Amino acid sequence: MKYVDEFRKPELIRKAAAEIRRLCDPKRYYRLMEVCGGHTHAIYRFGLKDVLPANIDLIHGPGCPVCVLPMGRVDDGLSIAASEANLIFAAFGDMMRIPGTRGSPLEHKARGMDVRIVYSPADAIKLAKANPQKHVMFFAIGFETTAPSTALTLVRAKAEKLRNFSVFCNHVTIIPAIRAILDSPDMRLDGFIGPGHVSTVIGCRPYEWIAKNEGKPIVVSGFEPLDLLQSIVMLLSQLQRKEAKVENQYTRVVPWEGNRAALRAMAEVFELRPYFEWRGLGFISQSALRIKPSYAEWDAEQRFHVPGIRVTDPKAAQCGEVLKGVLTPAQCKLFGKECTPETPVGALMVSSEGSCAAYYNYEHRKNSELTSLSLPA
Amino acid sequence: MCLAIPGKIVALDPRNEGSAIVDVLGTRRTIDLGLLQDDRPAGGDWVLIHVGFAMSKISEIDALEQLRLLEMLGESEAALQEVRGYGLDSTKDADSVE
Ligand code: SF4
Repeated sequence: MKYVDEFRKPELIRKAAAEIRRLCDPKRYYRLMEVCGGHTHAIYRFGLKDVLPANIDLIHGPGCPVCVLPMGRVDDGLSIAASEANLIFAAFGDMMRIPGTRGSPLEHKARGMDVRIVYSPADAIKLAKANPQKHVMFFAIGFETTAPSTALTLVRAKAEKLRNFSVFCNHVTIIPAIRAILDSPDMRLDGFIGPGHVSTVIGCRPYEWIAKNEGKPIVVSGFEPLDLLQSIVMLLSQLQRKEAKVENQYTRVVPWEGNRAALRAMAEVFELRPYFEWRGLGFISQSALRIKPSYAEWDAEQRFHVPGIRVTDPKAAQCGEVLKGVLTPAQCKLFGKECTPETPVGALMVSSEGSCAAYYNYEHRKNSELTSLSLPA
Repeated sequence: MCLAIPGKIVALDPRNEGSAIVDVLGTRRTIDLGLLQDDRPAGGDWVLIHVGFAMSKISEIDALEQLRLLEMLGESEAALQEVRGYGLDSTKDADSVE
């Protein structure tokens, strides 16, 4: 880890690192999954792997919403925008370079589509008000950290009877993805570093089955180096005591019960889809949100024709195995050859929070050009 | 989108009680307080902002540390770009920041 002394409480960081070495049984192997893409990013950025013993492996989970979005959904959204006259396609900046079959939103913009970046779903509403002669479709993505904001935006749109606004909803929920990983026969995980910001919304209770039924410890963690190391200490000491429970390391931000106002907004607007496709994981039941019939007027999938395009990743792409921790990114046959951050083949190379992209940017390029490394987050 | 950005509430928006003006590294923008209905922040409080919505209150010490980390990670510019984009004004093209 490059700069221990620059972080808050460096002496505690050293202590946590020593504690990890003490708790770590040299005769066994530990596979801990950090579920959240923000954690993956922080782990590489801070060089946390440098302070961990070699027999602790951090497996990077499915928690990057950009990475797990199937290409067919990007195509569907863009095809609505292409076939409707006067439609503005609005999305977060992170979406702009995601490749669709016929190019990314940015490339569609270059070919004349009205594509706009918004930084908040609330701004998509402002865009609609400013362009009353056009229809604004907001392409919504994200886990429970962004879903409540989309929900509240829809509540406002309905209250204001805004007629020229809709949402193409691609929100996903984290728990079913963890379940899919745990259910897969080649699963080899020992415990989980739980997502910090998703948990501010959903709280810690939804993880209890992981401890109770699956016998795996999970510690909800913050994003500072000390947070992550402390969470690993908590996981190792549970494993040493052969315990499995949900613990909250990030109490300064995450309430055990979550954010009720955010959960209320989500319950008002969204319902679970019977199933949804995840890139790299396939179809997972009840893993995504759709807009309730009471908001149908603001649901792009109800208003417009959705072609339902499906694009499968090339057979050689081993994203699923990497997601489950069976392979490391560099063990995928395409890694660094066909598949790079500039030319992503699989889901995990698409955004800087994807595990293959993070690995590529911080490990693969370590000794080469470390300057132009980071893709826009 | 996945960035959590600490901001200090400088004023509750007098025109709209569901929103507030925050200061993030010297940039002031309006954010939405609708998701903190149950625990409304007051002027001077620090909040963590996701996509233009305050999602949780945090202490000043934690907020400052997080801003420092963003800077160390070279991500404060990305955070600022996001914040500058909030409340896009209709006279200006939303993608002029691209
Ligand atoms: S290198 Fe590319 S194809 Fe292989 S697992 Fe990573 S993202 Fe998927």
